Amino acid sequence: MRIKRLGVVAIAFAAAGALTLSGCAGGTAEPAASSDASAIVSTNGSEPQNPLIPTNTTETGGGKIVTSLFAGLVSYSATGEIQNEVADSIESDDATTWTVTLKDGWTFTNDEPVTAESFVDAWNYGALLSNAQSSSYFFDDIVGYDGAADSELTGLKVVDDKTFTVELASPEADWPLRLGYTAFSPLPKAAFADMAAFGENPIGNGPYMLASDGAWTHEVKIELVTNPAYDGVRKPVNGGLSIVFYATQDAAYADVQGGNLDVLDAVPDSAFQTYQSDFPDSYVNQPAAVFQAFNMPYYLAHWSGDEGKLRRAAISMSIDRKEITDVIFQSTRTPATDFTSPVIAGYSDQLKGADVLEFNATKAKELWAEADAISPYTGTFDIAYNADGGHQGWVDAVINSIKNTLGIDAVGKPYPTFAAALDDRENEKLTGATRAGWQGDYPSLYNFLSPLYQTGAGSNYEGYSSAEFDTLLKEGAAASSVEAATAKYQQAQEVLLKDLPTIPLWYSNVTAVWSADTVSNVAFGWDGVPLYSEITKG
Amino acid sequence: MLWYTGKRLLQMIPVFFGATFLIYFMVFSLPGDPIAALFGDHPPSPAVIEQIRAEYNLDEPFFVQYLIYIGGFFQGDLGTTYSGRAVSDVMAAAFPITARLALLALAMEAVAGIFVGLVAGLRKGKFFDASALVVSLLLISVPTFVIGFVLQYVFAINLGWARTTVSGAAPWSELILPALVLASVSFAYIVRLTRASVSDNLSADFVRTATAKGLSRPRVVTVHVLRNSLVPVVTFLGVDLGSLMVGAIVTEGIFNINGVGGTVFKAIRLGEGPTVVSFIAVMVVIFVVANLLVDLLYAALDPRIRYAK
Repeated sequence: MRIKRLGVVAIAFAAAGALTLSGCAGGTAEPAASSDASAIVSTNGSEPQNPLIPTNTTETGGGKIVTSLFAGLVSYSATGEIQNEVADSIESDDATTWTVTLKDGWTFTNDEPVTAESFVDAWNYGALLSNAQSSSYFFDDIVGYDGAADSELTGLKVVDDKTFTVELASPEADWPLRLGYTAFSPLPKAAFADMAAFGENPIGNGPYMLASDGAWTHEVKIELVTNPAYDGVRKPVNGGLSIVFYATQDAAYADVQGGNLDVLDAVPDSAFQTYQSDFPDSYVNQPAAVFQAFNMPYYLAHWSGDEGKLRRAAISMSIDRKEITDVIFQSTRTPATDFTSPVIAGYSDQLKGADVLEFNATKAKELWAEADAISPYTGTFDIAYNADGGHQGWVDAVINSIKNTLGIDAVGKPYPTFAAALDDRENEKLTGATRAGWQGDYPSLYNFLSPLYQTGAGSNYEGYSSAEFDTLLKEGAAASSVEAATAKYQQAQEVLLKDLPTIPLWYSNVTAVWSADTVSNVAFGWDGVPLYSEITKG
Repeated sequence: MLWYTGKRLLQMIPVFFGATFLIYFMVFSLPGDPIAALFGDHPPSPAVIEQIRAEYNLDEPFFVQYLIYIGGFFQGDLGTTYSGRAVSDVMAAAFPITARLALLALAMEAVAGIFVGLVAGLRKGKFFDASALVVSLLLISVPTFVIGFVLQYVFAINLGWARTTVSGAAPWSELILPALVLASVSFAYIVRLTRASVSDNLSADFVRTATAKGLSRPRVVTVHVLRNSLVPVVTFLGVDLGSLMVGAIVTEGIFNINGVGGTVFKAIRLGEGPTVVSFIAVMVVIFVVANLLVDLLYAALDPRIRYAK
């Protein structure tokens, strides 16, 4: 009997031994594997939503890969200025007809030269309705674009191999600013034969290329290596990138701590308190091109006309943004002072009327009382949000701030998913405010204003319409210089500050950590994405 | 027995159709337009959204959508995800990993749970028994994600014995830590089930008879006590295999495992009918087969159980 029982114990111990042994093996095998190709920087990402076609990639997961694989006419510096890549010059006398000349010597990784046709064909593909590309609206200001039927971009004309012209529907002084966006990348001829297959194994002209066919392991990672033929402004100093897809940022954070990941560009909420002490010499926390707010629909009683204007201002002034960003977000958000972002050229914290974004309980109560004099407020104020996006904490804090200052009933209104929230928003069935956010596609004030507040614009769900704002925006777009355009856009924002179609809250920061032992020279671009090519490994 | 097995397998057919239909309907009924939600705050033009909806047959009424799906199913086409991947590819990637993880966890909890439960039952009221009860109570009351984060922090980050997350290929060795997390709660239940059952059976008539016949204690314990005590444990393990295959979302998230739980969760959030239903269909089959195996094991464990024709 004794022997038998000992036997079982022995088996249990043997099993436990095997556990620790193989655990060890797992731990030591990894560094050995990575030292073989020591210059590969590993970083976090997420599974791209679509095959890697530049005109069909609008989300961050695919965006950071496509930007690494392709080089457009221009790319953005860390501060958001454009620098020529394939373009030699982009010029126009009237801001309507642009002449683009290309540099010599650029090729795709299949040795096909990058020509004017590579751009014109790619843009035409992206704009054609039946190709159903998510970025098609980026071409809507080029002559020939039609959002409702198939139509060729007749405004694009190939002059010769290295030159093409672009005719815009109306003058736009800062049009070249948007050309660094992924949608404007060139495509090789091979792409058009079978776009789906191309999206699996894209052939680009950017600083990196796929390590091999099938380097994209779905839901797991994608392996990129340096493109030896690339000779642009983003020439990598490392050997390549391993972009690992994570379902949760918590797992990615644990991987940086455990030495399995070099760079993490989004610290999870759960580590806001500890990331600075966990990575004392290797973290950043700086504003990025993400604007967050909540909107008040105009179709609700009490929220339109003069009464609505007063109430929106009162709500805005009753929110203690500084306190909420400090406490809830541990300073990983920056209180808003305008409708764009501090990383965008032309941002200003001195706009006329920006005091409406400052916490002022007395003034808020006064304005609310004035509005009550027009028509007394009844009912509950609510802010709708999707419960699957981690918004509950700040919504509750904002609600409390409003409740305590104005003494009204206020609640957060969770929707199970973004789809459900969007549904009520599009069908104008909201009962109160709704969470809103905007991540800049390209570093321009215009990109933060036109799609959201222009009459009838694509993301203007709440139906804001102001003739004064529309005119200023149009004048800004047609201005002869970028400086003149900026002045107009700032005036347009002053209109928004009076009307408050949205209540600005704060800008999201890029809060990132990296492993000081393995990588150095980690910096982040205007869009919060690491400047991969500048990271040195080892 | 063969007849019984056949009958049970035939029962799978209505279960399969009923389950897929219901699930498809539930995904269909999720509020909101899944395609519009794909694009966040940057929606493409309405014409583009219409085009994508048509591509996934989302503009058709519910019954047509379901029939298209079932029609494809029997031709081996499970549809595509909104990212354009074949659902069958997604399943081929996720299921083997989850199966490895579930089997590993099942083996751990069964071996350790039955052993500890048996010893505790034999030494009822002694120190070992008391500590087994305290430990199992602790494991049951602590949420999985706490156990997960603690084990990850201690074994992977602090001691460096294991990899913090599981790499893409998910080899057996890397799955040990997450399997340990998954096994912990069920281990506690198995300890308690085995212990209770063993201590009941120790005073049963057939055990007294066996001892009186002069059988050695080890033989009485293993053949008579343990074997008869395993019936409730095996029932539990059968159900647990099913939930291990499906319900490992939290653990998969902590260890970044590309498994079934996380994939289904993501597909439900996106409103991807074909993905959800295909995964659920396979899981229904796993559940039914696991339950059938459990029922067949009853007869092997307890001679008093026979299957009626």
